[in-house]
Amino acid sequence: MAMPAAEIEALIKAALPDASVEIRDLAGDGDHYQAVVTSSAFAGKSRVQQHKLVYEALGNRMGGALHALQLTTAVPN
Amino acid sequence: MSDANERISKIVNENEVVLFMKGTPLFPQCGFSSRAVAILEHCGTNFESVDVLQDAEVRQGIKAFSDWPTIPQLYVKGEFVGGSDIMMEMYEAGELQQLLADKVGS
Repeated sequence: MAMPAAEIEALIKAALPDASVEIRDLAGDGDHYQAVVTSSAFAGKSRVQQHKLVYEALGNRMGGALHALQLTTAVPN
Repeated sequence: MSDANERISKIVNENEVVLFMKGTPLFPQCGFSSRAVAILEHCGTNFESVDVLQDAEVRQGIKAFSDWPTIPQLYVKGEFVGGSDIMMEMYEAGELQQLLADKVGS
């Protein structure tokens, strides 16, 4: 149940249009990713709230089609 | 569903620091759970762990309980702190140690 990186990026950008998204396929299996998402939508939000915005963007795929996503969120400088 | 909620709420309220994880601290069954255990051990904190692989009701229920889609999940004094990525960020910033010191005194 792999998911291409481009699809992850597209889903995040659809929900957070200003986001810059860097994705790395950690294991080369389309199933274990690391993502760094930078968006002004995170300003003033807790880390939990920031991560929830990204999980919401991914719909119900987290923990399903998308097994492992190591996530870092940041606000642009 | 509400049963699971009640059980989870009892667990997080009766244990100061509790980690819902896959496997046990000695034998974690997932890299993210393993990382979460390592971080807590580095903080020198005593913590309770719940192996969700042994309990299907809690495994599903915990995701609704915190509105968080993944496991592990850390709770301190009944409050959801985050998953392993947030734990790592907080640990690196010294915030997790501070939180544990403030809330648990360890």
